[in-house]
Amino acid sequence: MTPEEQEEITKRRKGRNIAVGAVLLFFVVLFYAITIVRMGD
Amino acid sequence: MQQANPTSTQALPADWRDFFALTKPRVMTLVIFTGLCGLLAAPGSIHPVIGFTAIFCIAIGAGGAAALNQWWEADLDAGMKRTSARPLPAGRMQRTDARDFGILLSAASVGVMGLAVGWLAAGILAVSIVYYAVVYTIWLKPRTPQNIVIGGGAGAFPPMIGWIAVTGDITLMPVLLFAIIFMWTPPHFWALALFVQSDYAKVGIPMMPVVKGEASTRKQIFVYSVLLVPLAATPWFIGGTTAVYGITALALSLMFLALAIPVSFRRSVEGDTMKPEKRLFAFSIIYLFALFTALVADRLAFYQGFIA
Repeated sequence: MTPEEQEEITKRRKGRNIAVGAVLLFFVVLFYAITIVRMGD
Repeated sequence: MQQANPTSTQALPADWRDFFALTKPRVMTLVIFTGLCGLLAAPGSIHPVIGFTAIFCIAIGAGGAAALNQWWEADLDAGMKRTSARPLPAGRMQRTDARDFGILLSAASVGVMGLAVGWLAAGILAVSIVYYAVVYTIWLKPRTPQNIVIGGGAGAFPPMIGWIAVTGDITLMPVLLFAIIFMWTPPHFWALALFVQSDYAKVGIPMMPVVKGEASTRKQIFVYSVLLVPLAATPWFIGGTTAVYGITALALSLMFLALAIPVSFRRSVEGDTMKPEKRLFAFSIIYLFALFTALVADRLAFYQGFIA
């Protein structure tokens, strides 16, 4: 594996990690909001 | 998770943008619009957070179904110019990754919908995903020239799910919204199929103009367009909306029919510019947006007391 390939893999992995992190954070906020709303029902 | 192993020859991990592309974001905008209209037009009220969650789940479910569709059709997509640059046929992603991603999105959308909104809406969302990914994509699309009619059923689910998210029960109105999109899809798509040179035939998908010929396709466009006129106005006839929607629906549908008639009763010639077909297709998109906007406007005007 060339250094360029290694660099590309690292770059993509980082991009995916950020994307997964953002999705998880979104779900945390969404579930919190849903819980608060449904508790009021 | 794949491990970073410097000695292996494994493919590069797929870019997150390719996973995003797998959900067909452009189709999703139409799904979100019609789903939102169903939600806003339904009687009763829904908390904005729950309403947002319902639309979000409809969109994620559509994305999951789209990913499963591309997982199954990767070989077909590779053989067609329009689709050959998609993540799977272009080799930017593992097939199994697309499958697992599709299943994850589908399951998550149904689960969240059930917990946050209601299990009836979740159940119908599940039916719509299975209908698109299995009944349409895997089973019937490669087997019958009626595939567009069947596929139209999949596209007709979002407003129905949006409505049921609010009401929690299935009444005639959400079924009518389903029926309207169902009836609209064949003339919409076949108008496009008449003027776009597609290579569906090359990969063995039996599209109507190829199997039954142009003349038969045109005749069928006419039949669906005629049926759409009374159907689109039925919500008014049964008292589900006021005349604001009813008159708009009749006017729009008659215009649709007026544009469909020249398409239905002509034959293309060598070097045809296909103007009537292009006009019908362009209007069909405006038609759907205008019709659903009218439905929501009708409901809002009624609630605000502008009309009795």
